[in-house]
Amino acid sequence: MRSITVIGLILLGSAAALTQPMPAAPADPAPPPVQPPGLVTAMDTPNDAGNSISVDWRPSPDEAQGLVEGYVVYRSESAEAPESLWTRVGYVPYGLNQSRDQSVPENGMDFFYRVRVVSRLGASAVSQASNPARSSEQWYNSMRTNALIASLLFVAIVVYFITMAQKGQHLFVRRIAGLSAVEEAVGRATEMGRPILFVPGLSSISDVATIAALNILGQVAKKTAEYDTPLLVPNRDPVVYTVAQEVVKEAYSEIGRPDAYNHDSVFYLTDSQMGFASGVDGIMTRERPATNFFMGMFWAESLILAETGAATGAIQIAGTDAIHQLPFFITACDYTLIGEELYAASAYLARDPKLLGTLKGQDWSKALIVLLLVAGLALSLINPGVRGFILNILTVG
Amino acid sequence: MSTDIWVWIAALLSLAIFSYLYKDNPVFRFAEHLFTGLSVGYMIVLMWNNYAYQYIVIPISQQRWITLIPMALGMLYLFRFVPKLQHLMLIPIAITLGIWNGWSIPVVIEADLFKQMQGTMVNTTMFQNPWDPHNGLVVGLLVVVGVVCTVLYFYFSREHRGPLKVASSVGIWFVMIGFGASFGYTVMARMSLLIGRIQFLFTEWIHLIK
Repeated sequence: MRSITVIGLILLGSAAALTQPMPAAPADPAPPPVQPPGLVTAMDTPNDAGNSISVDWRPSPDEAQGLVEGYVVYRSESAEAPESLWTRVGYVPYGLNQSRDQSVPENGMDFFYRVRVVSRLGASAVSQASNPARSSEQWYNSMRTNALIASLLFVAIVVYFITMAQKGQHLFVRRIAGLSAVEEAVGRATEMGRPILFVPGLSSISDVATIAALNILGQVAKKTAEYDTPLLVPNRDPVVYTVAQEVVKEAYSEIGRPDAYNHDSVFYLTDSQMGFASGVDGIMTRERPATNFFMGMFWAESLILAETGAATGAIQIAGTDAIHQLPFFITACDYTLIGEELYAASAYLARDPKLLGTLKGQDWSKALIVLLLVAGLALSLINPGVRGFILNILTVG
Repeated sequence: MSTDIWVWIAALLSLAIFSYLYKDNPVFRFAEHLFTGLSVGYMIVLMWNNYAYQYIVIPISQQRWITLIPMALGMLYLFRFVPKLQHLMLIPIAITLGIWNGWSIPVVIEADLFKQMQGTMVNTTMFQNPWDPHNGLVVGLLVVVGVVCTVLYFYFSREHRGPLKVASSVGIWFVMIGFGASFGYTVMARMSLLIGRIQFLFTEWIHLIK
């Protein structure tokens, strides 16, 4: 009974306390003011396609005290514009004092910038307006001069060797192991009376690997025309399909067997990656080609194709520059052309001066790169300052 | 067991594909043909929505007549059905090839060549802790030897004899070790795909895993 009385008294006391007017809460003190950023400078962003202005400023003196949270950048068409006409165009955290406005509405028109510092405690202060700046587009990116020089050098070497090849100069290219197997593979298919399957990759015509694959297809088609061996060329890309059809047709004509060309030997399957893999697997399982060629660009379907082909007992020759798919081809195929070997094979087989010249040009470029690499390495070990210079030369803006 | 008809269809088609592990059979063939056929239909719709509609129909409806130029160039492909004018389809192919090759040469030089050369530069700070796995001299020299020997393996203008044979043999070892690592990594990724499919069968279809 006594305890109930005590609880009752406590409740009554609480209720009374609640009904009494609460003392007014002390108003939040205004955050300590923060000093605005110093001189704000705006200029056209160099080496770009326009519509961009770079802004930098002197940090607020309070940044050194650790009071600053960041800076908000504003743009306006007039330095004297009222607050409502300043558009927020960027924010950078403390420690940075530059920003790039990449949304400049018009090239050749003056714009002004202001930077508002925001403190950790919520205070802010805005700078004076910057100088007027106008964005413009440049035709030439001077930061990429090194890439231009390297490209020109490479093109010059290639053009030189193409010219040499066209003049009839003999350009030596060493034989690649996988190529010796091509004839053997075609012969085997002929003996067994089974077709040859040639997959020219899954990429588009713009891929160098696809072009190399089509060159090899031309040579393989000549041999199938010669031996009268059926050829199957499934395609994923409609343009590659068209070109492959022309390549095979031309190969049959060159051998003097245009009548042996079967229009349906080169066909389109589907654009879907795995749908294509599924279709080719079905062909391999049912048509049981004696030889499978996988040349060109491949992705995740590489192992699915090569593994099915291996299961059917076909001789398999693969060639790709897709680094991540090469291990699968090496594992599941009898011969694999690794990376540049694919291009070299295409040049070796086709004996086209343009291809041979390009291959030679690449070889000389590689030799030059190795020389530069070794020389740069030696120099940078002798004088560490040279290393920074070399790295600077190799940096692209 | 799931009561969703689509889960059942997906599960039965998955099993149909797995049936190839035993041997080729009509059920697998049905699933394979269905998949290939469906993908063609799906791609036609995708091409229309993502390309034809976006880049032809919308711009022309907005009277952006400049679109007619690439459209006309693209339509030259259709001349492959006209035997006498078939050569016209080579024009868009030549344009595509030219643009891509021109675009890719500087990009390859910047992204592959320059970056690779930068990464190969040994520095004197590497002498301070030669065995550091990230910035030690041993790792730095391995990278240099690997890069130089691998490049020499892909040198086709000379027979691989004498010193070039030694260097290219070292190079192909580096290449194969790299491929081995890549192989292991990708096999792991494929395993996770298989696990995902089995999880689907056991979780969403037969509710064995909850």
